[in-house]
Amino acid sequence: MADNKDIWVFIEFKKDSIRGVSFEILGKAKELAKKSNEKVCVVLLGSNVSKFCEDFSYHGIDRIYLCEDLILGEYLTETFSSILINLIKEYMPSILLFPATKLGRDLAPRIAAALETGLTADCIELDIQDGNLVQTRTVYGGNYLADIICPNNRPQMATVRPNVMERSEALEKNQPEIINVPIDIEPNQLKTKVTEKIETTVIDIKPIDEADVIVSGGRGIGSKENFKIINELAEVLNAAVGASRAAVDAGWISKSCQVGQSGTVVCPNIYIACGISGTTQHLVGMKSSKKIIAINKDPNAPIFEVCDYGIVGDYKVIVPLLTEALKEKLSQY
Amino acid sequence: MRFLVCVKQVPESNDLKIDPNINKVLKKGVSTIINFFDQFALEEAIKIRKEGDEIIAISMGDSETKSTLMRCLALGADKGILLNDENFLESDTFGTSNILAAAIKKIGDYDIIFCGNSTLDTGSGQVGPEIAEILDLPQATYTESIENVEIGKIKIKVQTDEGYSIIESMLPLVIAGIPPSYYQPNIPPLPKIIAAQKKPFEVWNAEDIKGDKSKFGSAGSLIKIIKLYKPPKREQGIVITDEPKAAIEKLMELLNKDKVI
Repeated sequence: MADNKDIWVFIEFKKDSIRGVSFEILGKAKELAKKSNEKVCVVLLGSNVSKFCEDFSYHGIDRIYLCEDLILGEYLTETFSSILINLIKEYMPSILLFPATKLGRDLAPRIAAALETGLTADCIELDIQDGNLVQTRTVYGGNYLADIICPNNRPQMATVRPNVMERSEALEKNQPEIINVPIDIEPNQLKTKVTEKIETTVIDIKPIDEADVIVSGGRGIGSKENFKIINELAEVLNAAVGASRAAVDAGWISKSCQVGQSGTVVCPNIYIACGISGTTQHLVGMKSSKKIIAINKDPNAPIFEVCDYGIVGDYKVIVPLLTEALKEKLSQY
Repeated sequence: MRFLVCVKQVPESNDLKIDPNINKVLKKGVSTIINFFDQFALEEAIKIRKEGDEIIAISMGDSETKSTLMRCLALGADKGILLNDENFLESDTFGTSNILAAAIKKIGDYDIIFCGNSTLDTGSGQVGPEIAEILDLPQATYTESIENVEIGKIKIKVQTDEGYSIIESMLPLVIAGIPPSYYQPNIPPLPKIIAAQKKPFEVWNAEDIKGDKSKFGSAGSLIKIIKLYKPPKREQGIVITDEPKAAIEKLMELLNKDKVI
């Protein structure tokens, strides 16, 4: 354990770009590395990722572990985990950070179990104290926070929520060392394969997990057609459209838009809840948003207990007025 | 085929008291329910079962956890196994996964291991993939639906960060994260609750499941909670009850003043 050193960030890609959360984690990793006097390394896995080495040469990184192969163009748990497990065993990092995306949450536990080390999911804060990574996450439906350490095993592993950490600032160019990671995978030995991909996010749905602003509709919206009112406000704010579970279950909007315990936990700068009463399971998914605006006709709706600003009234009247007012305000910039 | 469903009994409400000295929640006297994500996984297993298939519900917990397994039997599982031993206490996800994996090894023959997406209490969603790694099985997390199952092979639709993927996998495998099939979890009808009493139910301890005891319970746990505390309270917000136009004006003023926009 004493030999483990350096902080690694697993970089995740979205189509042909680097996912924003990767830079957020990198920002935190640099801060931690300064404290513990360690190197910051990034791990790039994919079929066409060597071109991104250039992007990372502006972030003060010491080393890039690069694994490029056609077989990695499609994410498979078994290929990514086997490469990473071998790599970690060879270079023994002290800390290993993943985004708490679907991919990160699929991959990280597999690696932690193989290495028999601790993993903390969905961290919202990270710090170093007495040589240990202190990992903070919400538990019990957001009612408590837990500070967690992994005292006796290395690497210390965590998945980190999008939108909670400051992005790494671009710096002057440096020359990070690049380590080419060999790949030893026999394609016909694989137990799984992806046979089809349905990319909803590129067609019409802006993903909620990394959105800066989310406009959400709930049961109060009343119909699929009425979501138009929500969409119009979202468009003005360049926001993602979210929904409560009731609206998703009613078939008014795609499951991928669902905010809450059984959907996605989000943390945007602004969350606008329209016609959402605020069940516990929804509140768990959005109450760490930086600013919450709620519009609901029921003055006793629980959503008003967590909001920063609330308007009691019919969303059908209020939301279009708000859309107009914001459109006018934003046109001044 | 044989389907195993891992279920957890969780507090009914997350509004729990804690003992800040030992960084633990006080569970005594707290009413409990089945983690409903696990019930959705069980319902999926029931949906795809064919004649001759068997569904076994497994849970690690105290003797009270029997009630959760009885509910699984009433919903349609054929057999319940409770993993109960002092050595299992205070397990983190790795300890829990090792215990479940050891029990699954003892069962020996299986085709699909179902786990819920995550739990309502601590909710890390790690046990499914950790069991898969320990047993060297493929996994599918964020499963949306099972498209097709045949001997030795399965086709699954999973949610991804971009949308969905269709994955084909060999069996056995671990499936995690079947989304809710109904808005509220089904409550089994009384005749089925009575019939469940006659279904096989076993209690296994650490000796029964063999395995490496140093990987169970507090001995096998790798993480440690050093502080459990209330998150900082949100400041009381401003709720406007004026008529619509005036309300919007007031809201815009506040947003301006607070530099939200």
